[in-house]
Amino acid sequence: MNKINKKISLAKKKWKDLEDNTDPIIYVGAASCGRAAGALELLAGIDEFLAENKVAARVIQVGCIGPCYLEPLVDIKIPGQPRVSYNNVNAKTLPIILKTHLLKGVPHAKLALGNFGKESFYDIPRFFDLPMLKPQVRIVLRNCGFVDPEDIDQYLALDGYQGLMNALKMSPDEVIGVVRQAGLRGRGGAGFPTFKKWTVCRNSPGEQKYLICNADEGDPGAFMNRSLIESDPHALLEGMLIAGYAIGASKGVIYIRAEYPLAIERLKKAIGQMRENGLLGNKILDSKFNFEIKIKEGAGAFVCGEETALIGSIEGKRGMPRSRPPFPAISGLYGCPTIINNVETLGTLPNILRNGAEWYTKFGKEGNRGTKTFSLVGKVRRPGLIEVQLGTPLREIIFDIGGGVQKNFKAIQTGGPSGGCLSEEFLDLPVDYESLASVGSIMGSGGLIIMDDDTCIVDVARYFLDFTQKESCGKCVPCRVGTRHMVELLDKITHGEGTPEDLMALRTLGDTIKKGALCGLGQTAPNPVLTTLRYFRNEYLEHIKDSRCRATVCKDLIEYRVIKEKCTGCQSCVRVCPTGAISGPRSEPHNLDPTKCIKCRSCYEICRFEAIAGDAIVIRSAEKRP
Amino acid sequence: MPEPIESILAKHNRKQDELIPVLQDVQKEYGYISPESVKNISKYLRITENQIYGVSSFYAQFRFTKPGRHSLKVCLGTACHVRGGATLLEMLERGLGIHCGETTSDKRFDLERVACLGCCALSPVVQIDKEIYSRMTVNKLTEQLKDYE
Repeated sequence: MNKINKKISLAKKKWKDLEDNTDPIIYVGAASCGRAAGALELLAGIDEFLAENKVAARVIQVGCIGPCYLEPLVDIKIPGQPRVSYNNVNAKTLPIILKTHLLKGVPHAKLALGNFGKESFYDIPRFFDLPMLKPQVRIVLRNCGFVDPEDIDQYLALDGYQGLMNALKMSPDEVIGVVRQAGLRGRGGAGFPTFKKWTVCRNSPGEQKYLICNADEGDPGAFMNRSLIESDPHALLEGMLIAGYAIGASKGVIYIRAEYPLAIERLKKAIGQMRENGLLGNKILDSKFNFEIKIKEGAGAFVCGEETALIGSIEGKRGMPRSRPPFPAISGLYGCPTIINNVETLGTLPNILRNGAEWYTKFGKEGNRGTKTFSLVGKVRRPGLIEVQLGTPLREIIFDIGGGVQKNFKAIQTGGPSGGCLSEEFLDLPVDYESLASVGSIMGSGGLIIMDDDTCIVDVARYFLDFTQKESCGKCVPCRVGTRHMVELLDKITHGEGTPEDLMALRTLGDTIKKGALCGLGQTAPNPVLTTLRYFRNEYLEHIKDSRCRATVCKDLIEYRVIKEKCTGCQSCVRVCPTGAISGPRSEPHNLDPTKCIKCRSCYEICRFEAIAGDAIVIRSAEKRP
Repeated sequence: MPEPIESILAKHNRKQDELIPVLQDVQKEYGYISPESVKNISKYLRITENQIYGVSSFYAQFRFTKPGRHSLKVCLGTACHVRGGATLLEMLERGLGIHCGETTSDKRFDLERVACLGCCALSPVVQIDKEIYSRMTVNKLTEQLKDYE
């Protein structure tokens, strides 16, 4: 205990030094998304600049603070000034920012986004007062983008592992009691009360018990877990220790997607740091609690997010679900009692144990306590990672935080491929487990996909079904055969060959699969189709009766046209057309031969891109077919 | 078989639950799972070759043919889909003359689809080898490919 206390006071001193820095500090958001936006090139550029100008400054790589559309983010903290954040930094703006702010000590107010001080600074607003951030409540994400994820000291300085220390002072049953009082529900999707699962496992007989962290974030369009692990790995690891202690497990496994190499790397580093500081192994922090953590990389199967399939995969088998009961809490990994918790559930625990159950119940509403992270993506103006209290209306999430939709709002998909597509009339629906279920959708792990006029609802439903059909493990008939048949019907409709009877068939099939499938994947797979049939029936009918796709997405139902009056004859489209469908001499309006056109979009893109020609090429619904 | 596979195997326990990590390590080293590798793994872990094929063919990660020089992965996550990921895949299929899951005859590119790379806010994205390219368009991607020989 003494050892860790010493370490903590040292870490706090180091953190204070960072806050009262004598040398400038440059923070770069370098999680996967920041890197995809060019953070690594910026880091190299910064090093070069520092060497050239012989400036001493500390460069710290931090995780993701949330507003992905502003990536890459670079923050500068000059001694005596608050930290100032710059957005969408590129090779052009970087030297300008560094010259004015780093060399002259005056923030570049025009390029700056926000500051992390207590008030606005040089007319730069507070970062957390920005419209995207202000309505958010950051509990799980409290450290993300703020601390160096590879430095345990920064985590410790911000009261990291305090939750574990509090837990170790209680009996495991008391810890379960705290989680019960806090009202925490599983953040993986189903929302089962965490304490209930834990109690079953705790009371199951068996010497060996396991805790598994489900980080197999396979939902397309969801990246909350990746961001949390990349930005604050210790939060998850501390949560695992707390959960392990409560259920009486001595072994923990993190099952994580192999597609997240940076997250795996950071977890491995963090686990090493835990061991060095007596936070892993035997007699953790001089208590009687022993715990070991192993990382298992998933091998690319969506169904492995299902508990029993995940266990099969860890055991080295095909990841196929089995029927329950027995539930894993009684007989799970190697037949031992096992608890599987989602990354976010575990990441929430340190906060509850640190601040107490009563504090946690201040957030959210009765029956839906606390906060939930979401990845807000699609046709929204400000996509990114957000955290809000449960019960926040969809409207607030989409319009206040997300800044609205690029064109006209059409639909929001909650819960990924297992969720439902909701139309405008549900915008005032509070986001909680029960409300979403009541309209045929689910909370899911937290992907929110916004669609506008340019998104074809039938195409989206087909996309989701195609995904679940490909990911179906094939064990039970309703899922294996049923989803396939549904995809075929949707294919027919998107090709303009559907009949009204197909809609009936889709509904019957969907209902049957929901009732008959073995696991969660199959039971929820029809949701996107069933909800769109309910809320967007007209669009299906347009495809069927008029052979018309109003969003101009379904290829068989659209055509590309050159608008003669607008075409300047710049030949850009002629050059990119892969099939030679566009022809015409320079400076004269071009011709587009629809029989050769494969609708690849190349000409459309280049026409909008080249300023001279403007948008002379349009995509429109094809004439009604005979 | 040359020695590397022996040294990979030696790092793992001789238990079935090590099968997937073994396959992952073998693929990391060789780029694919060859019939010879399967034989060796079978002997080492004392499970049948059929069992190994059963498990490895279940997971999308494992491949059984030699990979090309560069891997192209088109993200078809939801966010990428609504922003035109499928068009990018089609364009690559047509441009390279191969289907998804195949390798070009000159071994220059492998073409695959992935369910989600988790960079949804920057969609659509394409991964070439280890680089992730964000906010891709058909024409940008065509240019980008020229950097990979």
